[in-house]
Amino acid sequence: MKKSEFDFSRIDPVLEKYAHVKGSLITILQKAQEIYGYLSEEVIVYIAEKTKVKPAKIYGVVTFYTQFRLEPVGKYLIMLCQGTACHVNGSERIESAICQKLGINDGETTEDNLFTLNNVACLGCCSLSPVMMINGETYAKLTPKKAENILDKLKKEALLEGEVQ
Amino acid sequence: MKIVIGEGSCGLAAGAGKVHDKISEVLSANSLKADVEITGCCGMCYLEPIVDIYDDLGEKTTYVKVTPEMVDDLILKKIRDNQEVNTCEITQNDLNILGNQKRIVLRNCGIINPEKIDDYLEAGGYEAIKKCISQLSPEEVIEIIKKSGLRGRGGAGFPTWFKWNAARASKSEPKYIVCNADEGDPGAFMDRSVLEGDPHNLIEGMMIGAYAMGAEEGIVYVRAEYPLAIVRLEKAIEQAREKGFLGKRVFGMDFNFDMRIKAGAGAFVCGEETALIASLEGERGMPRLKPPFPAQKGYWQQPTNINNVETFSNVPWIINNGAKAFSSMGTEDSKGTKVFALTGKIKNGGLVEVPMGMTLREIIFDIGGGIRDNKKFKAVQLGGPSGGCLPESLLDTPMEYASINKTGAIVGSGGMVVLDETTCMVDVTRFFLDFTKKESCGKCIHCRIGTTRMLELLTRITKGEGKEGDIDLLEDLAKKVKDGSLCGLGQTAPNPVLTTIRYFRDEYEAHIRDKKCPAKQCTALITYRIDPDKCIGCTACARNCPVSCIRGEVKKPHEIDPAVCIKCGKCAEVCPVDAVEIL
Repeated sequence: MKKSEFDFSRIDPVLEKYAHVKGSLITILQKAQEIYGYLSEEVIVYIAEKTKVKPAKIYGVVTFYTQFRLEPVGKYLIMLCQGTACHVNGSERIESAICQKLGINDGETTEDNLFTLNNVACLGCCSLSPVMMINGETYAKLTPKKAENILDKLKKEALLEGEVQ
Repeated sequence: MKIVIGEGSCGLAAGAGKVHDKISEVLSANSLKADVEITGCCGMCYLEPIVDIYDDLGEKTTYVKVTPEMVDDLILKKIRDNQEVNTCEITQNDLNILGNQKRIVLRNCGIINPEKIDDYLEAGGYEAIKKCISQLSPEEVIEIIKKSGLRGRGGAGFPTWFKWNAARASKSEPKYIVCNADEGDPGAFMDRSVLEGDPHNLIEGMMIGAYAMGAEEGIVYVRAEYPLAIVRLEKAIEQAREKGFLGKRVFGMDFNFDMRIKAGAGAFVCGEETALIASLEGERGMPRLKPPFPAQKGYWQQPTNINNVETFSNVPWIINNGAKAFSSMGTEDSKGTKVFALTGKIKNGGLVEVPMGMTLREIIFDIGGGIRDNKKFKAVQLGGPSGGCLPESLLDTPMEYASINKTGAIVGSGGMVVLDETTCMVDVTRFFLDFTKKESCGKCIHCRIGTTRMLELLTRITKGEGKEGDIDLLEDLAKKVKDGSLCGLGQTAPNPVLTTIRYFRDEYEAHIRDKKCPAKQCTALITYRIDPDKCIGCTACARNCPVSCIRGEVKKPHEIDPAVCIKCGKCAEVCPVDAVEIL
């Protein structure tokens, strides 16, 4: 990752507002992730300098909460619900279908940077289970086949947009 | 004419947004006039998307499972021609489900527009806090809550008045009031629905709590997975501020209170009070020893009171209707109503609010409609990862704290996942342990390592590698994890293990001794086979098999090679004649 890819000025207004308000570390990290998509080492070190919180401590907080990511995500972030209702209605079979189709495991990104798979705790759409959410859109009552078709469709869309060769 | 579209998260997931767009489009294309409003979740998730149409007399007709394709017909017939539309009108049966409930917390959900404070005011909103400030002393408010018998709805069922009183008695200033909206139980979405459907009710409840204990600052700790809830609550707080309900000298009287939202970052353990406080302070959300209790030393070492969303949402109703009206509902042990999220293998999945003391059978069968696809009931899972699984023989247990605790489960926050004969109880237990193992913060050795070891044992059993003595080992570990953990997460994590061993021991034994999964769910213990008498040789299975292990000629019976089969189940899914069987 080239350093120039991080435009630190984008996080500066957030740091100006929160760097000296005690108890704001999680808020700062959430905003930073919103801006950059994930929390890179450079961003963590930069936040540490400005907040005077040690990088190790920030790393401790980042790795404690499931929301924070240390790696960039693909164009499509697949949030596959692993709540109880989804589990008893077959979410594990959906997961293996997705993993097989994309050749990735939970938390990984495809080589073409198109898809990232994240297993998530309950999305709260239990009566539509099994459910996955991709970039804010919810796909309900999935079957392995249905999930594969959705991924095919998204990949085609990306191809048309020229995102992948 | 007024058209109201149910736009809670579940409605939107079912396609309410597209229905909304289509309605606006059809109205303007036909130059028809009608107010289009949104509302939160009415609880009938299985019927989403739901559209209510009010005629000029205020008479409501509900339309269910509305798709964008149906909108043309619906709008033209109903709005333009004032005719009945039978295709998607709600059935009497479904209407009765609402009639069997008693709604206090959810009284406005699915009726008012949660993004308009005036809707809440019209429904009698902010009258309770006005009454408190102008007519009641803080002690009198606490007395009313005490007499009402309200207990914390987050899971533990601790008397609400006691916590308020303790925070009031603490002398140190400032004091904080915190709402725990970090609804982490997988399979539970009661709080989300209140936040999305009636956020002002929560704000008012917190204001009353703040007045009673003497706090001037409120914080709502909301799960990050609930983006819509955060947006609606933010809007509601902003509107309340504009009206002068939040800020200095509320209603022009000697009461200052303001509040803000803190988005959680995803950690189940933050449902525990002291862990939640650590998270509010920007730290890793790890619990600490109590005492001192948060009422003495909480957020920034100041007196802090934490209640969950549903608890606060009961409060305005209690103040308006009196303690007696609330305590007359429910049982001796548990007063009032409780909201439950009915999910799993149930017909009418969604949210229900019923008086405490209703039996599990009544909730699951009379209101929930029983098991879907004509399958047989096996168990109901209460209280999420901290709760337990109860069998059919306990279905007549009343839903109240004391009776449920006796069974080894807990009422919990209200998640009720119904399981049928196709659910493997060992697998479900493994699922919960996988959850608690991941969510254990790691502070206590028993919780950190104990849940890991229990998960390993359960995984081994579901893989058909279980050994004699594994059940005893699980029970032994479960007891030690219970005793050796500091907070509720570890203390309750073994509950799913203990209840399933207690009520479904035969399933464990079948896995361990006979290497069989009675529910045919554990892939290591099942085999897929094509019934040659049923197979029509359409080749669909062979074409869809990801590992190409199905052979056969067109129009002749096909065969699966069990040595290669990965048991993904895709053949069964695509077979048009149900010829694929599981042995």
